[in-house]
Amino acid sequence: MQLTFDRIFTYLVPYLLGGISVTLSVSFFALMIGAVVGLLLAFLRVYGGRVVQILMTAFSAVFRALPHTVLLLLIYFVIAGSINISKYWAGTLSLAIISCVYQMEIFRAAIESVDYGQMMAARAIGMSQVKAIFYIIMPQALRRALPSWTNEAAGVIKASSLVYIIGVVEIMRLAQYEIARSRQPFAVYIAVALIYFVCVWLTSFVLRKVEKRLAIPDIS
Amino acid sequence: MSKEIIRLEGIKKSYGQSEVLKGIDLSVKESEVVVLLGPSGTGKSTLLRCINMLTVPTEGHVWVDGQDLTAPKVNINKAREHLGMVFQEFNLFAHLKAIDNVAIGLTKVLGVKRADALERAKKELERVGLGDKLDLYPGQLSGGQKQRVAIARALAMDPEVMLFDEPTSALDPELIGEVLEVMQKLAQEGMTMVCVTHEMHFARRVANRIVFMEGGVIVEEGSPDEFFDHPKTERARQFLGKFNGQFD
Repeated sequence: MQLTFDRIFTYLVPYLLGGISVTLSVSFFALMIGAVVGLLLAFLRVYGGRVVQILMTAFSAVFRALPHTVLLLLIYFVIAGSINISKYWAGTLSLAIISCVYQMEIFRAAIESVDYGQMMAARAIGMSQVKAIFYIIMPQALRRALPSWTNEAAGVIKASSLVYIIGVVEIMRLAQYEIARSRQPFAVYIAVALIYFVCVWLTSFVLRKVEKRLAIPDIS
Repeated sequence: MSKEIIRLEGIKKSYGQSEVLKGIDLSVKESEVVVLLGPSGTGKSTLLRCINMLTVPTEGHVWVDGQDLTAPKVNINKAREHLGMVFQEFNLFAHLKAIDNVAIGLTKVLGVKRADALERAKKELERVGLGDKLDLYPGQLSGGQKQRVAIARALAMDPEVMLFDEPTSALDPELIGEVLEVMQKLAQEGMTMVCVTHEMHFARRVANRIVFMEGGVIVEEGSPDEFFDHPKTERARQFLGKFNGQFD
C-alpha cells in the first residue's frame, strides 16, 4: 500500500477523525469536572480556614508534580481494577484530576485579584459571605480567569492524546493502528498534528469570543 | 428627646500589639448628623466600621436600635440591611450596571421582585441626580458619579443610619461638591448620619455634633460652632490650625 502526502486529506484525516468524538468528549468532561471541582477548591483555599488552606496547597503541589502518564497508569491499573470503571472514564478522570489543580490555581488567582472592597461592600448591604461570593466575587473572578482558562482548555485537549496508552480509541490510538499498517509515521503524525491544531485553534477562538462578549469596562 | 439609634460602649480594638481604639463611648440619636474629625490614623474609620461590625471590636458593646450587635448569635447580616455604608473607594460592584448595583441588595438580600427592585433603583438613582446613567458600568462613571451610585445603593435598603467613611477623600477636588450636596440633602431630609470626613466646611454646615478623635480616644465633643470657634482642648486647636486656610 502506497501512502503519500497527497493522501493526507483524502484518506488519513478522515480516518483519524473517527476518533475525534472520543478525543473531544474526554477533553470536555475532564475540563468540566476540573472546572466545577477546581472552582470549589479555589474558594475553599481562599476563604477556608488555615487547615483547609494547607490541605489545598498540599493537594495542589502533589498533583501538579505528577506526570499525566503516571497518574493515568495508576488510576487505570490500580484504581480502575478495584472499582471497575472503564478505560474511557479512567482516562477522563485522571485528566480531570490534574486539570482540577491547575484550574484551582487559575481560579484562586482570579478570586484573589478581585478587590477586597467588593466583599466588604457586599457584606455591608447585608449579604452573607456565601451570597457575596456567589453574586459579587464569582462573576468577576470568572471573567478574569477566562484568558488563563482558555490556555488550560488547550492543554487538556492536547493531554487527552495520552489516554491512548491505556487503550482508549481516540485520534492517537487510530494513528498507531494506521502506522502499524502503512509504516508511514511521518504522514500520519502530520495528519494528527493538523487535527489537533484545528481543535485547539477553534476552541481558543470560541473562548476568546466568549471573553469579548462577557467583557465589562474596567474588569480584566 | 428623640430616640437613640446607636450606642457604643467602651469600644476597644487592637490589631496585635497596637491598640487602635482605646475605649470609645458614643451615642447617636435619630436624625442626628455626627461628624468624626481627627488626624489620619486615629481610628475614625475603624470606629465607623465597628458600628456595622465590618470590624469586630475587641471589647465593648455596639447597640443599634436597641439590639446588641456584639452579643453572641446575633444575625449580623440582618442587622446590616438597615445600616447603609459608603466607602472612600466607592466599592461599586464592578460587573454590574449602575441600576443593578442599587437593585442587587433589594433582590438578593431583601427578596424584592426584580421588576420592583429596578423601579426602586431607578428612583434612588434619580434622587442622587443620576437618572440618565442607569445602564452604565462603574468603569464608565466618574468618581463623583460612582460615589453617588454608592449612596443610592445604600439608600435603596431603607437604612435607619448612613455611615460615611471619608466619602470624598478619593475624589478629584471638582467632584467633591456633587457628593457633599447629596449628603447635605440627606441630612436635611432627616437621615441619621455618622460621617468621617476631612471636609471642614461640610462638617460645620451640616453636622449637629462634632466628635474629635485622636490616638484612639474621643478628645472633644460639641456643636460645630463650639468646636470650630472655641475648641476646648489644645489638641483640637492644633488640628484646626492646620485647616486654617479653609476658613475665611
